[in-house]
Amino acid sequence: MPENILELRDVKTHFPIQTGFIIKRSAGAVKAVDGVTLSVKQGEVLGLVGESGCGKSTLARTILQLVPTTGGEVILEGRSLTKAKKGEMLKCRLDLQMIFQDPYASLNPRMTVFATLAEPLLVHGICRRDEVQLQVDDLMRKVGLAPRFAKKYPHEFSGGQRQRIAIARALALRPKIVVADEPVSALDVSIQAQILNLLAQLCRDMNLALIFIAHDLSVVRHISDRVAVMYLGKIVELGPALDVIDRPRHPYTRALVSAIPVPDPAAEKTRKRIVLAGDPPSPINPPSGCAFHPRCPYAIDRCREIVPPLVPAGDGREAACIRLAEIPQGA
Amino acid sequence: MPLLTVTDLRTHFHTRNGIYRAVDGVSFSVERGETLGIVGESGSGKSVTCYSIMGLIPQPPGRIESGSAMFDGVDLLRCTPKVARSIRGKRVSMIFQDPMTSLNPYLRVSEQLIEPLLIHDKLGKKEALARALEMMEAVGINDAARRIHFYPHEFSGGMRQRVMIAMALVTRPELLIADEPTTALDVTVQAQILELIKKLQSELGMAVIFVTHDLGVVAGLCDRVQVMYGGRIMETADAMALFGTPLHPYTRALQRSIPGLQPKGKELFTIPGLPPDVSKPIPGCAFAARCSFTAEECIAARPELVEVAPGHSHACLRSQKGEINVASL
Repeated sequence: MPENILELRDVKTHFPIQTGFIIKRSAGAVKAVDGVTLSVKQGEVLGLVGESGCGKSTLARTILQLVPTTGGEVILEGRSLTKAKKGEMLKCRLDLQMIFQDPYASLNPRMTVFATLAEPLLVHGICRRDEVQLQVDDLMRKVGLAPRFAKKYPHEFSGGQRQRIAIARALALRPKIVVADEPVSALDVSIQAQILNLLAQLCRDMNLALIFIAHDLSVVRHISDRVAVMYLGKIVELGPALDVIDRPRHPYTRALVSAIPVPDPAAEKTRKRIVLAGDPPSPINPPSGCAFHPRCPYAIDRCREIVPPLVPAGDGREAACIRLAEIPQGA
Repeated sequence: MPLLTVTDLRTHFHTRNGIYRAVDGVSFSVERGETLGIVGESGSGKSVTCYSIMGLIPQPPGRIESGSAMFDGVDLLRCTPKVARSIRGKRVSMIFQDPMTSLNPYLRVSEQLIEPLLIHDKLGKKEALARALEMMEAVGINDAARRIHFYPHEFSGGMRQRVMIAMALVTRPELLIADEPTTALDVTVQAQILELIKKLQSELGMAVIFVTHDLGVVAGLCDRVQVMYGGRIMETADAMALFGTPLHPYTRALQRSIPGLQPKGKELFTIPGLPPDVSKPIPGCAFAARCSFTAEECIAARPELVEVAPGHSHACLRSQKGEINVASL
């Protein structure tokens, strides 16, 4: 049983809102991430899904300590990142890398592929200057780019190729865990499939843990071992990918799954769709009790009062709903 | 007689770097009350086709080289600007992908909603406002009487798209062109908007051209689907036939690269190579460079769109001759 490589304990990331022009006053906070407890094992792919504004990207940035945490702890292999000093943090970053959504914005347009990939190697002193060329060639081959493109600039590549460069950059330091924030959302279907295959293969070959953030459930289902569903800064359901997506328990996950269009007209005609009313509420002023109750078809009075904890719901799955036992399964 | 018949449409962009053949000989028709889906990857020419019909191509650099778009006896590509104006926004309207940038941020929603009514239906302001309010309610905006006076930034993304739809439908058009209207939205909101379009379509009896890259959306919404690639139509059929028995290798390849349809954990099918460079003339089939069945004849001459079964046409030479069976892949 591989051990947990990353642990989040009740992590909170709040952004204060200030009002007033000269005299600043605090006027509450955006609770982007509000008490997330998670763990990731070595070589595991954890999918993170939710609608926009649910805090999945903030959670990613919190894991990498790109935004300050308000509470809780992020632990990487026993080292607490939230308490780490600057020097320690730099060392931890070796093991922790990120791939961003937009391959057009995340690469420096003035740096060649070679410069982009060589920089982390030199900064962290991974290899000697004369070995860099070899390392870069190796990295490029690993992500399916010909090394002869090393002298080119990002604008000379297509979206899919750029995402390959971004992946190579993340892998340059041989990290143990990679956080990928919507790495395929900006790509066309045929290119998306190439990048998904590449990520899956790299995870297997390098025994890499991957936190894969996406809003497309079919993509997440395909690549992930486990899936966490977020709603308004909290995890509402967590479990093995096939269980969560094929047999969702939490009412929100059900609605989310039923909203995905299926590319099969026959199935589309027969299946029932749960259309949620309204938009996700604002994380500045979240509803009382269960944050999902205003849109939930099963909500009762008690849901307005109790904040449901994430509790085991059988077959290795956890869900945060007080009516879990009462809601008919497989509906 | 079809409501809209597009014949041999070619829209090219003349730039310093060459001529981009964004749409290169596209013919199709839309019947009254029908939903036609146009699918394709970015750069396949699906949006430019719609923009050409609506007369929204910036000229220059764009130029409509040939073709016609007959809408109820009027050629939209060649009629006088005055005639075009009387049809556009009244009998044919369009909704766009990004509701944030397609509404005017300086004007209240009410002013934007009544504008087509003031111009086309010559209504008074009061009457127009009443009609607009009705439409706002029809698209499911609560508290419409108050919110009609809001500015666009006061609405969420999904609500803004509803406002866009209300604006497009307020003149009761016969044809609605929807260019990726749900791409920028969350799946739960996308489900709401798709239901809404379906409902309003059956109420108003209008035809819809729905452009998207998402095969799933097409499957649930459209009667007929046409697949575009490199500015050309590769295959067109009714939704059932297209998904059940695709006959063009590209359609099948697209289908096979969707993760949702493949067994989990298995490697996804990928189309090798990159989308075609439309700035150079492609003498043969646009997909030939990436197709696994390419023969010499595919590169030599451009395959025609041939009807092989009632309502099912495709442009693959080898599949037409029965040399390959795409559906069995």
